[in-house]
Amino acid sequence: MSEVIHAGQQDDHHDDHHDHGPDKGLARWLFTTNHKDIGTLYLWFSFAMFLVGGVMALVIRTELFQPGLQFVNPEFFNQMTTNHGLIMVFGAIMPAFVGLANWLVPMQVGAPDMALPRMNNLSFWILPFAFGIMISTLFMEGGGPNFGWTFYAPLSTTYAPDSVTFFIFAVHLMGASSIMGSINIIATILNMRAPGMTLMKMPLFIWTWLITAYLLIAVMPVLAGAVTMMLFDIHFGTSFFNAAGGGDPVMFQHIFWFFGHPEVYIMILPAFGVISHIIPAFARKTLFGYDSMVYAVASIAFLSFIVWAHHMFTVGMPLAGQLFFMYTTMLIAIPTGVKVFNWTATMWRGSMTFETPMLFAIAFVVLFTIGGFSGLMLAITPVDYQYHDTYFVVAHFHYVLVPGALFSIIAAVYFWFPKWTGKMYNETLGKLHFWLSFIGVNITFFPQHFSGLAGMPRRIPDYPLQFADFNMVSSVGAFIFGFSQLFFLYVIIHGIRSGTPAKARAWEGAKGLEWTLPSPAPYHSFTHPPKVTDEEVHA
Amino acid sequence: MKQRISLAGGLLSLLMAGVATADELNLRPGVTDISQQVYDLHMIILVICVFIGIAVFGVMFWSVIHHRRSAGYEAAKFHESTKLELAWTIVPTLILIGMAIPATQVLVAMYDTGGEDMTVEVRGYQWKWQYKYLDDDYNNTFSFFSNMATTQDEIQNRSAKGENYLLEVDNPLRIPSNRKVRFLVTSEDVIHAWWVPDFGIKRDAVPGMLNELWTVVEEPGIYRGQCTELCGKDHGFMPVVVEVMEEADFDAWYAEEVANESVRQEALSKTFTHEELMEQGEEVYGTFCASCHQPNGQGLPPVFPSLVGSPYIVGPRDDHIKMVIEGVPGTAMQAFGRQLDAAQLAAVVHYERHSWGNDSDDITQPRDVIELSGE
Amino acid sequence: MANADTDQSVYYVPHSGWYPVVLALGLMLTVTGLASWLNDTKAGEPHTWTQSIIGFAMVAFVLYCWFAKVIAENQQGLANEQLKRSYVWGMGWFIFSEVMFFAAFFGALFYTRSIAVAWLGGEGAKGIVGDYLWPEFDATWPVMSNPDATAFPGPAENMKAPSVSSWYAYLPFWNTAILLFSSVTIHWAHSAIKANNRKKLIGWLLFTVVLGIIFVGLQIEEYVIAYTQMGLTLDSGIYGSTFFLLTGFHGFHVTLGTIILIVQLYRAIKGHFNSQDCFGFEAASWYWHFVDVVWVGLFIFVYVL
Ligand code: HEA
Ligand code: HEA
Ligand code: HEC
Ligand code: CUA
Ligand SMILES: [Cu+2]
Repeated sequence: MSEVIHAGQQDDHHDDHHDHGPDKGLARWLFTTNHKDIGTLYLWFSFAMFLVGGVMALVIRTELFQPGLQFVNPEFFNQMTTNHGLIMVFGAIMPAFVGLANWLVPMQVGAPDMALPRMNNLSFWILPFAFGIMISTLFMEGGGPNFGWTFYAPLSTTYAPDSVTFFIFAVHLMGASSIMGSINIIATILNMRAPGMTLMKMPLFIWTWLITAYLLIAVMPVLAGAVTMMLFDIHFGTSFFNAAGGGDPVMFQHIFWFFGHPEVYIMILPAFGVISHIIPAFARKTLFGYDSMVYAVASIAFLSFIVWAHHMFTVGMPLAGQLFFMYTTMLIAIPTGVKVFNWTATMWRGSMTFETPMLFAIAFVVLFTIGGFSGLMLAITPVDYQYHDTYFVVAHFHYVLVPGALFSIIAAVYFWFPKWTGKMYNETLGKLHFWLSFIGVNITFFPQHFSGLAGMPRRIPDYPLQFADFNMVSSVGAFIFGFSQLFFLYVIIHGIRSGTPAKARAWEGAKGLEWTLPSPAPYHSFTHPPKVTDEEVHA
Repeated sequence: MKQRISLAGGLLSLLMAGVATADELNLRPGVTDISQQVYDLHMIILVICVFIGIAVFGVMFWSVIHHRRSAGYEAAKFHESTKLELAWTIVPTLILIGMAIPATQVLVAMYDTGGEDMTVEVRGYQWKWQYKYLDDDYNNTFSFFSNMATTQDEIQNRSAKGENYLLEVDNPLRIPSNRKVRFLVTSEDVIHAWWVPDFGIKRDAVPGMLNELWTVVEEPGIYRGQCTELCGKDHGFMPVVVEVMEEADFDAWYAEEVANESVRQEALSKTFTHEELMEQGEEVYGTFCASCHQPNGQGLPPVFPSLVGSPYIVGPRDDHIKMVIEGVPGTAMQAFGRQLDAAQLAAVVHYERHSWGNDSDDITQPRDVIELSGE
Repeated sequence: MANADTDQSVYYVPHSGWYPVVLALGLMLTVTGLASWLNDTKAGEPHTWTQSIIGFAMVAFVLYCWFAKVIAENQQGLANEQLKRSYVWGMGWFIFSEVMFFAAFFGALFYTRSIAVAWLGGEGAKGIVGDYLWPEFDATWPVMSNPDATAFPGPAENMKAPSVSSWYAYLPFWNTAILLFSSVTIHWAHSAIKANNRKKLIGWLLFTVVLGIIFVGLQIEEYVIAYTQMGLTLDSGIYGSTFFLLTGFHGFHVTLGTIILIVQLYRAIKGHFNSQDCFGFEAASWYWHFVDVVWVGLFIFVYVL
């Protein structure tokens, strides 16, 4: 049969290819193979998880509003801290970036869809089940995971509640989902680019995701290995993390952080990509230093494999190890600095306007850099002895994660919203959302630097009196920030319902193949490879 | 909006700079040579970061203010400059080298173990510390537990919180001033971390593993810290308190403790009355058991069982004693045989069997425990 | 039916379908069933496999349908060259992820062996650990007596290789030979495809499958000996832990690989492959080479060194 059709192939199949549009109703979402539908699923899922994780953060902040135990008992507090961290990392930030990748990768490289569409759907649908398992552990006898998102053995093995077994399998599932998602993204990027889009012409979001996907495939299996060893220590009598049998609890930390440190860059590299699109668009000026941006991301990814033990300066490594990990960690400031400087140079002598995505992007650069500085301070081993496991660390990583990763995601949503929905959100509401978030996030997390320096440990439900003031401020900020995200939901729904129609190129300064498609983008992005012009891609 | 952005930026840099000056907002310089060095290092790096921040954000806000379309600014066309890019790769590298050198020096100084005047083993337990004073051959001369002294009433907001809320213990670690004290840090169950901010030292207590630390404190006084590794339910209630004594005072105290130790040994062969046992038992129960099984013996089911009418307590006494000595592996119920001596064990078992409505008719003596501990 | 679905210049995007979501559901049922089973077993309560079996049956069924469908699509000529390249990338990166999974266990082996056990035995940078906490324990590898010998009684014997001259009596050596040879036979099978020689292809593929089955059989035999005669078990301390997890996951992968090869054998018999179009076979053979390479690493680091 195929021969016959071969003969007949030419011009006109463009239209009849659209014969499979979306299914109707629920089936569309359950059975879809379409990258846009799957992207949408990922994004809404991650937003839901963000609210769940956020509510847990509010439980934490409520308990910490004043000294003394008021609302929850210490056991439940630990479960909240643990699940907040896990849900935010694996449920909110990572799926949001995968959602963005699903929407944008095919459109930006000029492909009809992701390379492996059915597997794409599988990657997504594993997640709700995995998080269903994880959240259900909170209701099991003995309670849910209470050992921190880093689940150090033996607290997470010998001393863990029974639900840890379910937690382990949930992690396995999330890992499988991430690995399949990453394979898909790599295959799409390497194999589906429109002719003429060479590697060094790819948009930066594509570059950052390519490298992120590589990191994911490299480290998620290691995490799977770590939880598998836990499973065996718990149920089958092995002694990986038990010195009595010749193992070592610290080995757990080495394996975990071999995964964990690249993991934090997994949460920031795509953010770098997003910002590298938004700033040039609103500065109306080509991104400064494209090549060095690519090399910087690659160097960060490379370095991320050899710095893991900076999370473990206090476990008692030999001196040589401490020095090695201190030096390598410090090196990361160099490529990251290159990125920050390039963004600044892009803004320099641009012709800037400050729509909502740009505001979030500028806030990203400033606040992420502050988080980077505190990271550098943490990297200095002898001083880290004083900072480690205090709120200074909490302040550091919330600065890189909340006004860092999260702001970039919000910026991306505002930026590509017209392309996705064909509507413009309301700019005034968007700006209001920005200012509420910006103020809220700083009130929440800036004081944590001070309580940390003053000596307040992490993961405690109650604290000595001297930390009271800063904690109160921080709790107030958390509520401001939290409710501004509900407002975000409102702005988005308002935009979908009653936004004004958007042009194909919704932002005059925006470059890239996705802006050559109509808004909203057609169900199948590029059924035929588009022409890659120097106008649209970096040249 | 122009003003708003610059205002926000200005505020932030001010806050950052503020850290450098205001005392209560900053790291504590501490009381040892090392902690002082750490503080200086912290300041150097903080100031460098603040300066870089001011420079980068300065440039950025300059262009945010001046290079805006609403001000009629036309976009320039440049998008690369090898010179510039080299400069901002090389200059940070040099700055980092500048940071790494003092950092390495301080770290090397911290690793200068050996030459100590005395050694103390620090052992973490869920949720208390044990201090063992070791002789030259690492043998235990005497040891004691250090439990948080803050009351549940304070924690549950039923009474006013004292000045050292959550930072006070029944028995602080005592060390002499001006002598090099070495700590061997380890743990009995999960990972804890032992931290005294004013000494500039923190190290994880890892079960089955051991870490070394040392300090020399010149200034006598009481120094407070907390456990800094998540170790379960009461991680937040595990303070570290160190009392640094004048050398002469310390020596006197030390001699007294060594003498007390032999009294404790004698108690093991004594026979006590019901009242004596109850009194002692209540004390032991309060410090060792109440955190899980609660002062009223009701526990926090399902994790921490109630002891009222428990099968172990209504059942044969020997099973009860054995359970307390050996604990239940894999649960929070520890092997208390390794923490308490026979006199304490006898007292607490006796107390449990005669409290909260439990009324058995037996009396438990230290020798009953010794018989069962099989050593 | 002249639509673009069979247009070779168009990338084939499959219609929506129920496989993925049912597969996800099946996975969830499998693992939660397994978790309950493990917990109940540990607590000594009644436990059943029912849920896991239902879940696993779902997984197996979906996988069967899914692969059958992909194969059918390929037979219909829906898959163009570009899609086939996507499969190549996909398989390649999947194998890379497997490499990293094994890397975690190899890492654990290297770490315990050269760092943790040494320290516990009073050697190396932190020998103080052993001197102070475990004075009785001596660092050796394989660890025959653990730091706490009451909690973890060590094995009576271990699997370490004897001197090379007596390898003829050493099971793992023969296993190595079998697996290495199977890598060669699968390569011959591949050459046969390239020469469009179906008979030879089927012959060598069958041979490879048989070798794979023998390997797994001998591995099981080795485990039986370990458990019944050598006292080498999962709970005999760190040597047993690393030994069984490394060889166990390897054995599991060989089993999987063998099943995949059996599927390819079936397809070869059905005549699905030709010298131009045999990605299914090639993917299986890469996987097979991969498990082979892992074994070489295992043989060197677990058995010989
Ligand atoms: C998105 C996530 C993210 C990112 C990007 C980073 C970035 C960095 N992190 Fe962070 N980190 C976390 C997430 C992240 N981190 C998390 C989640 C934890 C806690 C985990 C836990 O325990 O729960 C953590 C903890 C953590 C620790 C352990 C602290 C402790 O527990 O004691 C350390 C120590 O070295 C560290 C260092 C760094 C460094 C050096 C960077 C660097 O990449 C930063 C580089 C950036 C800059 C330096 C700013 C820009 C540069 C310039 C303007 C150039 C010029 C500058 C100079 C020359 C100074 N981080
Ligand atoms: C990855 C991203 C991420 C994000 C986005 C956040 C977001 C927030 N985090 Fe998170 N946090 C982590 C990652 C993250 N965190 C990690 C990894 C840890 C370490 C965990 C560990 O120690 O193991 C941690 C730990 C952590 C702690 C320390 C806990 C402890 O040590 O005990 C605190 C305390 O203040 C905190 C606060 C917050 C707050 C206030 C937010 C806010 O930004 C959240 C704002 C959002 C909302 C508040 C949601 C909005 C919803 C509502 C307002 C209610 C609506 C209700 C319904 C719809 C039902 N976090
Ligand atoms: C850290 C928490 C903790 C502390 C402290 C603790 N226990 Fe327990 N205890 C437990 C747990 C958990 C169990 C249940 C063990 C099990 O699962 O069988 C338990 C069980 C018991 C039981 C058996 C009760 C039953 O019905 O199963 C007795 C008796 C007991 N403990 C006595 C003591 C005594 C005496 C002390 C103090 C010297 C003490 N416990 C301190 C956690 C604790
Ligand atoms: Cu002990 Cu935390
Ligand atoms: Cu890190």
